Amino acid sequence: MSAAIPAPAQLPFQGTAEQEQQLRALIEEKRDDKGALMPILQGAQEIYGYLPVEVQKIIAEEMDVPLEKVYGVSTFYSQFSLTPKGKHQISVCLGTACYVKGSGLVLDKLKERLEIDSGECTPDREFSLDACRCVGACGLAPVMTIGDDVYGRLTVDQVDGILEKYKQQPHA
Amino acid sequence: MFRAHVLVCGGTGCVSSGSAKLIDLFKEEIEKQGLKDEVAVVQTGCHGLCAMGPIVVVYPDATFYAMVKEENVSEIVEEHLLKGRVVSHLVYKEESDAGENVKSLNDTDFYKKQTRVALRNCGVINPENIDEYIGMRGYEALGKVLTEMQPEDVIDTILKSGLRGRGGAGFPTGQKWKLARELVQDGGQKYVCCNADEGDPGAFMDRSVLEGDPHVVLEAMAIAGYAIGASQGYIYVRAEYPIAVERLKIAIGQAKEYGLLGENIFESGFSFDIDLRLGAGAFVCGEETALMTSIEGKRGEPRPRPPFPAVSGLYQRPTILNNVETWANIPQIILNGADWFASMGTEKSKGTKVFALGGKINNTGLVEIPMGTTLREVVEDIGGGVPNGKKFKAAQTGGPSGGCIPAEHFDVPIDYDNLTAIGSMMGSGGLIVMDEDNCMVDIAKFFLEFTVDESCGKCVPCRIGTKRMYEILDRITKGQGTLKDLDRLQELAAHIKDNALCGLGQTAPNPILSTLQYFHDEYVAHVVDKKCPAKVCRGLLTYTIIPEKCRGCTKCARNCPVRCISGTVKEVHTIDQEQCIKCGACMANCPFDAIVKE
Ligand SMILES: Cc1cc2nc3c(=O)[nH]c(=O)nc-3n(C[C@H](O)[C@H](O)[C@H](O)COP(=O)(O)O)c2cc1C
Ligand code: FES
Repeated sequence: MSAAIPAPAQLPFQGTAEQEQQLRALIEEKRDDKGALMPILQGAQEIYGYLPVEVQKIIAEEMDVPLEKVYGVSTFYSQFSLTPKGKHQISVCLGTACYVKGSGLVLDKLKERLEIDSGECTPDREFSLDACRCVGACGLAPVMTIGDDVYGRLTVDQVDGILEKYKQQPHA
Repeated sequence: MFRAHVLVCGGTGCVSSGSAKLIDLFKEEIEKQGLKDEVAVVQTGCHGLCAMGPIVVVYPDATFYAMVKEENVSEIVEEHLLKGRVVSHLVYKEESDAGENVKSLNDTDFYKKQTRVALRNCGVINPENIDEYIGMRGYEALGKVLTEMQPEDVIDTILKSGLRGRGGAGFPTGQKWKLARELVQDGGQKYVCCNADEGDPGAFMDRSVLEGDPHVVLEAMAIAGYAIGASQGYIYVRAEYPIAVERLKIAIGQAKEYGLLGENIFESGFSFDIDLRLGAGAFVCGEETALMTSIEGKRGEPRPRPPFPAVSGLYQRPTILNNVETWANIPQIILNGADWFASMGTEKSKGTKVFALGGKINNTGLVEIPMGTTLREVVEDIGGGVPNGKKFKAAQTGGPSGGCIPAEHFDVPIDYDNLTAIGSMMGSGGLIVMDEDNCMVDIAKFFLEFTVDESCGKCVPCRIGTKRMYEILDRITKGQGTLKDLDRLQELAAHIKDNALCGLGQTAPNPILSTLQYFHDEYVAHVVDKKCPAKVCRGLLTYTIIPEKCRGCTKCARNCPVRCISGTVKEVHTIDQEQCIKCGACMANCPFDAIVKE
């Protein structure tokens, strides 16, 4: 599936004790629910921003399931990321409505400007770039999102200006 | 009571265009003008015309304001709400309109030909307020079912209505329920599931129902629970739909508070509960067996059927799964009767269908039409045709499982069987219009890339077969294809169709087969003439500078990322075709239109 196998130790794990505490509390709360693994992984990704092997190990141990199973589920779903995300997460819609209106060109431009491929994060962890399938705003195609901001009716020419806005501001 | 209501669209399209801020501004402005007790501001679900957002409708006269900006708010409040004068320059106007003609919502071409059953409440009620749903006869059908009808009667009514599943395959809904009720009768748990995974990229009807009218899904699932003997429901919704998830959570909470979900509903002895499960971005999880495996917290891989879910589904118990739009029809059928529903549509496809109209069309958005409406009516009358004077080329339905319908089939009445007969399928309702600038080989490649990405890898025909087909298409778009490749594609397609494990693989060849059938010439142009007629496939393009037009401004050379343009100031420039990567930067930057691509 689309979730990539992580490049070995590209960007080191920086989890805090506080995050780990949150994770353990989450597991405690959900442990006995039917089908708990997915909600726990979703919660863990919210806590850490992604699902590094270190986090998967904790989940496997706590829930007493093999790490392979946790890894298998995390890599199956494209929403789970095994690589860290940038402070500003850029997601370009490659759904059909956006694609026929040229969102592929917008993605190319972003790759060129950020010097990363989709699925990657800039070395300073400022930006990460992903392609996604339909955010449900097809009426505004082509569409991209940066954090919670949605940009519609995009053209390639707007890319630089939009990136500039995020470079100046310290947080999304 | 309020004398006027300002409805501000809170659907994803309009929120993206800034409607949330408008709501606050309207409230502020209305308070400032002292109208707080006379005019109510309501956040609604999607109105359908997303391209014109943010949308604001003022009732009682249904004045339809489009593309409302923050600075327009005070004008609308002061002129329309205070002085009673419609602000005509902000009112939505259609292409065909000659100027001043102010129309109310229902008189516009976009809405006139629509029949709203599933979308009945979208854009009309506040989805976060259960009382508004109840005010539209909400939960009345559930009351009727629990107090006046036997489970068998409910199933009979749905059977007679002729309702077929809106999630794609068109299986008769009543039939599915009947099987789930009758096949296993051991008194154990059964489940009712809602498929809100909406995987077709470019479709958002289910999202709009969930965001605009979440209670209708809850009510319908409870009705089905009563009919098949289930007390637990699950809604499997994409995590990419945060607004929908939020509104479902609110709706479930309110329904429990009102006793419309939970123990002993309407004192009938029937209990029913609903939980949410979030999907995590895997298209295959829209397939029914994969969806159920995913709810169980595992890798969402499909499994062979039989056993069918009606016998052994979620947690190996009898389960029914229906699509969001299917659910949205149920309460109406119970209230108005099977005959009412069956009076709409064609012989074998009853009722209406919601389409997400997108791509190269003027009115992008959601439309709900009676089955049997022609593609021409949808594209030309409701959709307002193709923009910028371009020529219509094809309409794509059925997403990655469907096909491209050319103009020659413009007058085919849309229903399940007709669309299948012309090599596409109804699918969940994405309808993407393409014009002469879209390359059909490229579109086929686009969909195959999607299936290669989303194939779960469990079966060989799908995992390897789709990959081979993609590679062939990729070669063709790069000018390395041969006529023999076209035969190979046909062969592979037939093989994969017959041998793949689940619907994903079985339908994956459709985008190729339909474009090969209707746009064969375009494939031939790619492999024989090495040309892309729509000028999309980069590998087949050449950029050249017209000497007569070039003024030697050097702008192209400075913008060329590979520095393959030579020439000095005020001299004619030339492109080194060997080095050129066909990025188009030169053409985009030439101030004199001196560069052409062929
Ligand atoms: C690969 C694949 C993806 C599917 N995706 C969806 C989907 O996103 N939404 C949906 O309602 N049905 C989807 N379906 C169809 C479901 O398997 C199932 O038929 C449907 O949800 C049943 O509901 P209905 O009878 O109300 O249509 C998909 C099927 C396949 C094979
Ligand atoms: S296709 Fe891009 S938002 Fe739907």
